[in-house]
Amino acid sequence: MSALLEVSELSVAYGAIEAVRSVSFVVEEGQIVCLIGANGAGKTTTLRTISGLLRPRAGDIRFDGESIAKAPAHLILGRGIAHSPEGRRVFARMTVEENLLLGAYTRRDESGVQQDMNRVFELFPVLGERRQQKAGLFSGGEQQMLAIGRAMMSRPRLLMLDEPSMGLSPIMTQRIFDTIRELQQGGTTILLVEQNALAALALSDRGYVVDLGQTTLEGPGHDLLADERVRAAYLGQG
Amino acid sequence: MTTLLQQIANGLVQGATIGLIALGYTMVYGIIQLINFAHGEVFMVGTFGALAVYRWVLPESVQDQWYVALPLMLLGGIVVAVVVAVLMERFAYRPLRNAPRLAPLITALGVSVALQEVVRLWFPDAEAAQSFPRVFVDAQVDLGPVQISATGLLLIVVSVVLSVLLQTYVNRSRMGRAMRATSQDRDTARLMGVNPDRVIVLTFVLGAALAGVAGVLYGAHLNSVDTNDGFQTGIFAFTAAVLGGIGSLRGAVIGAFIIGLIKTLGGQYLPGGTQYDYVWIFVVLILVLVFRPQGLFGEAERVRA
Repeated sequence: MSALLEVSELSVAYGAIEAVRSVSFVVEEGQIVCLIGANGAGKTTTLRTISGLLRPRAGDIRFDGESIAKAPAHLILGRGIAHSPEGRRVFARMTVEENLLLGAYTRRDESGVQQDMNRVFELFPVLGERRQQKAGLFSGGEQQMLAIGRAMMSRPRLLMLDEPSMGLSPIMTQRIFDTIRELQQGGTTILLVEQNALAALALSDRGYVVDLGQTTLEGPGHDLLADERVRAAYLGQG
Repeated sequence: MTTLLQQIANGLVQGATIGLIALGYTMVYGIIQLINFAHGEVFMVGTFGALAVYRWVLPESVQDQWYVALPLMLLGGIVVAVVVAVLMERFAYRPLRNAPRLAPLITALGVSVALQEVVRLWFPDAEAAQSFPRVFVDAQVDLGPVQISATGLLLIVVSVVLSVLLQTYVNRSRMGRAMRATSQDRDTARLMGVNPDRVIVLTFVLGAALAGVAGVLYGAHLNSVDTNDGFQTGIFAFTAAVLGGIGSLRGAVIGAFIIGLIKTLGGQYLPGGTQYDYVWIFVVLILVLVFRPQGLFGEAERVRA
């Protein structure tokens, strides 16, 4: 195994406010890695910086051995990193199909795109049944499925999911986590940001705790689950 | 009755012209939320571009052969309009992409004045209105009791056809999807691999090409051209875009035909005559904005959880 994504001493600021001070972590090819931590810890900012939507103030982001810290956002997907953003951000005034086609915007192989769209519809039948409807008409959970499906449409090597369980029922959350596991088994590397630390750590090969803009603890998912500090702070068990 | 029908026909010609320009206003607004007040000038430079082709490119022998002259003049008008619009975007608006919204708006007004003056001072004899060739078939077509110039009829047909083509492109093509995605959520569009700069340039190019076509045909229809035509017609087009619901393509075209009809019918039947046509247009605009602020076909702004 080799490092697919390597984030080292990343620092990101919005004006004078430093949202990320020193975040470092490694995602190995084929793994599921999660970043957990409280609201405002800097997890979403980290993902948006990897995607090129924000510029790092210091530190480096290396993907497949090359620095992508200065690459513009629209070229990141072409490198093999897809990002399902926080809050779903589906294109509300477009249909399910159009949203998925936008996920495959950089691809030119029409038959492959059609095949992948059918795979998304198999995974989330509700999307297939209502493929001509506008995304804005769907419930939060359904929009979440669409956001994940849309991110899958580029056949990424690394799929970054920001809070995929937010606003979902426990059953739906389980479905989404099963899907993440399936994607991993299909060869996709996953970087997961979650507030649902218990479920995320149980699923992950490796976890990192982000606190006040810094990575503070790391380890295999099961070890972190058992760690007393993690249990006290994030799992609500003292 | 004949007068009414005749004024309706005249209104449709006006509406067709205004509609081609209004599409550019509404598209640019949809993508970068800028009212590009210099867009009327893009229409104007299109007319002058075609005039330049007529005067200095076309050999005299083909000047009266419309099937040679008109396509070349349209090409000239489109090229000049597109080049001006692309330069405008690149050097006036792009540096202000992240500035407060008032900055590009004021810049647009400045670009508008600058373009008028540049053409007025540098285009030979452009200090005053001058005649524009009636390139197309110079005849009146009888439609029952109504007469309409062949050029006017061509304008209506071209305007409707181009509007439909544009809608199809935006709704069906891959680049059209990228345009709509950029207008709805630029950051998320970037995550899909969409380059917003390319989308924005494309938007300016499409809008300018339509305005260029309008400029050439309207010049031929009026048989004259003046450097402040763009500003006046631009105001009507901007009003049409707001009336139809800014951001909506269909709204812009329908708004334009409404404006064209109010202009000619108001000038004919309402007190004050044609001198008051501006008044009636803005009265209708104000009424629409009071009772339907998002315009006829615009989507009400709303925030979804």
